[in-house]
Amino acid sequence: MDLENQRRVKDIAEANGPENVMVILGAAEGEAAGLAAETVTLGDPTYAGPLTGVSLKLEVYHICEQEIKDQIPEDVYDEQISMMEMVLDVDDIVSEMQAIRDQI
Amino acid sequence: MSSIKDKKIIVIGDRDGIPGPAIDACILAAGGQIEYSSTECFV
Amino acid sequence: MNSVILSSSYVLVHTPDMVIHNGSTQNTERVVNPDSEYLKALPQHIRSFEQAVAYAPNQVYIGNKTPNFLNSLAMPWYDKPIENADKFGRFGQIMPQDEFYLLIQACDVFDVVNLEKNFVAEILPKFKNNPLIKEDIALRVKEGKDIDFIENIVNNEHGEGLYHNNKLVGSVTRGHDVDVNLSAHVLHENLVSKASSVLSLLQLIKNANIDANDVEYVIDCSEEACGDVNQRGGGNFAKAAAEIAGLNNATGSDVRSFCAGPAHAIIMAASLVKAGTYKCVAVTAGGSTAKLGMNGKDHVKKGLPVLEDVLGGFAVLIGVNDGVHPEINLDIVGRHTVGTGSSPEAVITSLLSAPLERVGLKMTDVDKYSAEMQNPDVTKPAGAGDVPLSNFKMIAALSVKKGQIERKELPIFVEKHGMPGWAPTQGHIPSGVPYIGFAVNDILENKINRAMIIGKGSLFLGRMTNLFDGVSFIIQKNSGKKESEAISEDMVKEFIAKAMRNFAESLMGGGNYDK
Repeated sequence: MDLENQRRVKDIAEANGPENVMVILGAAEGEAAGLAAETVTLGDPTYAGPLTGVSLKLEVYHICEQEIKDQIPEDVYDEQISMMEMVLDVDDIVSEMQAIRDQI
Repeated sequence: MSSIKDKKIIVIGDRDGIPGPAIDACILAAGGQIEYSSTECFV
Repeated sequence: MNSVILSSSYVLVHTPDMVIHNGSTQNTERVVNPDSEYLKALPQHIRSFEQAVAYAPNQVYIGNKTPNFLNSLAMPWYDKPIENADKFGRFGQIMPQDEFYLLIQACDVFDVVNLEKNFVAEILPKFKNNPLIKEDIALRVKEGKDIDFIENIVNNEHGEGLYHNNKLVGSVTRGHDVDVNLSAHVLHENLVSKASSVLSLLQLIKNANIDANDVEYVIDCSEEACGDVNQRGGGNFAKAAAEIAGLNNATGSDVRSFCAGPAHAIIMAASLVKAGTYKCVAVTAGGSTAKLGMNGKDHVKKGLPVLEDVLGGFAVLIGVNDGVHPEINLDIVGRHTVGTGSSPEAVITSLLSAPLERVGLKMTDVDKYSAEMQNPDVTKPAGAGDVPLSNFKMIAALSVKKGQIERKELPIFVEKHGMPGWAPTQGHIPSGVPYIGFAVNDILENKINRAMIIGKGSLFLGRMTNLFDGVSFIIQKNSGKKESEAISEDMVKEFIAKAMRNFAESLMGGGNYDK
């Protein structure tokens, strides 16, 4: 994850308490989604950014996951996201996200 | 699983997946509060 | 009349030492994690010039292989070298780093580049042998300095080193003591962009087989900025490159929109020619040093060579309609507007279906789409996926939503209207334009009638707007009419006769003029 984004995530989690923060991802690939999810939960696996060695354990989902989709008005989801469900490998993204959440 | 409405939301979109502003529109429609939104670019 | 694409050029520069010393990923790592395993392992993952030449996507870029060839080659591609690969191709060449350092010096008009004298003596004959390097450029290379002089600039004068085979062979001096906009780092980056743009222009003139003096205007569409503390993006890389390339009748300017820059520039060039402002316009771009080894960490971690080891350059020549070359149809221009929004569906609608629908065409009426042609061999191991494939899937998905194809036809649409990616991840370089050379050939050979070039750009990276950007245009088969034939002598006589009649009628009070 971009170093500036890591810094902002860290600052917001510290200011509000990690338990009050949720991260929503839009990654194009399962692997990238998993890496971003790992960064905001267990710490930056690439050892490059401010979240290196910082385990925030934030709640994290991809926008295409059912748990999130269910909370969004159908017409808005359809307009903003639905076309990409035909493009992205949603099953792969969900399994990568779940694998990280299982480690928390 | 928490409700979007109960959390401060950080959006990390992807230029080649779902961009940040598209996710923002969904979160706002669901009554969520966005603390920070960004779009990453890998290429 | 529509303007036409007369020619194009595509060049690469293999820059193994620049990957290590100048790529932003490596520079950042040296700051935040100077003792990292990555930096230690990196030198073992650098490819030789021969390996870069034999790399299939590079052979496609310079036109020795077609995009279709990559479809027949199972991925990954880095371990499947092309036998007897040639560094010279139908569209351009792959220049080695040592020759490129001499070209950088030839492009330096402020004495900021110094090369070590033994290095110059060794490389100059080879440089002069390059078919694109004529005497005027070779004469610009200086004799060279002692290594002590160069070491002093790099070690004590905030200079930037030029390395070859891990050895210091030259330096770039800073342009000002205080102004960061003229730091050696920035000057180096800009000179690299300029030199690779010059190489693209030289190749373009050769490919088009025209006199360099025929070019009236040059548009640079790279992603660099040049200027000083009082005008940081003052610009005109275009004119700077045109000077070295010998385009003495040209002026020019720069167009910027991140990766969307080239598509904007070509639409502008086509419009300038169609309007009659200029008869011959070249659009050019050099490569980006910062993006070298951008995904190197993932490549090294996965045991691959660092595949982002080449700078890219291209140039396109646009001229008045000659009745032969493919036209740029300015009636079908797609644009992502301020109000479009950023949902992928809205983006693709604005760039593709909306302009096509305006002239009564369907998405299936375009034979080939060229959006973001990044080489997936580079991006997939970095977790960034197959960017061209996901673009073609988006186009197909919109066609499904529009009811123009069935959902089950989605993979067939992608295969028929798409292509595998082959361009280096140099931002603006892969953005739609890599296919133009093939599109011109495919149209001239009647293989296709119509191709759409799509440029997309991430404006939000500049922190000035959260907006995305993009424009698209159509290249189509020539209708067969020349600009010179468009208004024939008979037509002119007819126009004059009609005007005279109207005038006479108005005098007799029988005309339609307001009195």
